[in-house]
Amino acid sequence: MDPVIWFFLLGVLAGVMRSDLRMPKAVYELLSMLLLLTIGLKGGVELAQQPIGRLVPQVLAVASIGLIVPLAVFAAIRALSSVERADAASLAAHYGSVSVATYAVGVSFLATRGVPFDGQLPLFLVILEVPAIMVGIVLAKGLSAGSNWGAVAHEVFLGKSIVLLLGGLTIGALTGPEGIEPLEPLFFDLFKGVLALFLLEMGLIAAGQAGALRRRAVLVVVTGLLTPIPAATLGIAIGHLIGLNLGGMTLLGVLAGSASYIAAPAAIRIAVPDANPSLSLSASLGITFPFNIFVGVPLYFEIAGWFSGAGAGG
Amino acid sequence: MDTTHKKLLTIITEAVLEPRLIDLVREMGATGYTVTEARGSGSRGVRSAGWMHNGNVRLEVICTDEVAAKISEYLQAHFYADYAMVSFVIDVGVLRADKF
Repeated sequence: MDPVIWFFLLGVLAGVMRSDLRMPKAVYELLSMLLLLTIGLKGGVELAQQPIGRLVPQVLAVASIGLIVPLAVFAAIRALSSVERADAASLAAHYGSVSVATYAVGVSFLATRGVPFDGQLPLFLVILEVPAIMVGIVLAKGLSAGSNWGAVAHEVFLGKSIVLLLGGLTIGALTGPEGIEPLEPLFFDLFKGVLALFLLEMGLIAAGQAGALRRRAVLVVVTGLLTPIPAATLGIAIGHLIGLNLGGMTLLGVLAGSASYIAAPAAIRIAVPDANPSLSLSASLGITFPFNIFVGVPLYFEIAGWFSGAGAGG
Repeated sequence: MDTTHKKLLTIITEAVLEPRLIDLVREMGATGYTVTEARGSGSRGVRSAGWMHNGNVRLEVICTDEVAAKISEYLQAHFYADYAMVSFVIDVGVLRADKF
């Protein structure tokens, strides 16, 4: 098992046993900034060497994941349970959008095995973060919800994850591999250590979320466990279609199978206030995030290996 | 000490509402406000401020009786149903009446 995962377990354990371990908010914010910038910078450096023409159809194909997953999740929840429209739409938005931490665990997993991945993936991460949230809001409120679109757009497009990812991509693309070299000790060399500390805090948060899981526990657990694999398989298939390598397909699978816990909760809380925020958050953080880092990432790597043909699978 | 009567309106609510509430109190005629991070527990469970979206803020506004009433009514009509929110008004004496 990737050593960083142990830190998540330590956090969960400390949370469940009510240890006084608590990460200062400012430290958590710094760690998440470092992760976002690292992912952005790395992608920017590699993106600069790619022809733009090839990217456009890929970006469109990836964006379709952000539409298909939330619509499918919404339809399935509405058909199979008595959940109210707002809550189903909120879950759809969370599952259609993506988790940066899960992605980072995927990157770490591939690095441990020495598997390279395409440079476009950080761009796909940015692309996938937004559309599902919009789809979720429209599913809940219809297009006429109009009153709050300004505040929602601000929350979604100027949220720190988009700003830092796009900022990192741009700086990386502008400076190139040599220019970025002086920054490598902080951003690239420390990646695993930063991720380990970040996962420690994620463990503490996840323990709290799972503890808050009382009402509608069955729905939360079932949604949290059953959504990732089909969604990830769709991501891997689309990755195969647009010609990504094994690592790229794996990470697109990780993205499609992951659920948002930062961008989506904030935007949905503003745009769909009647949705119960703890429902979606306990599903995405308490169930799906642990599922993905323990089971999902290795599994998606296997599925991607199966897609890319004999010899590639783990 | 010569003080003038004003109201101190305190709103304790979800951090996600902070930008909207700041716009709101400005629009309704308050001349200033103070925001602090807060944590606690109530009918909507523990609001631990452990990380960004589970946080609470405490927004304080010193204003006239009319503005305090106007903001309170708006809060009750638009936010009480869906958000974790507590607000209350108390009388205060201020030294520089023209400031508020």
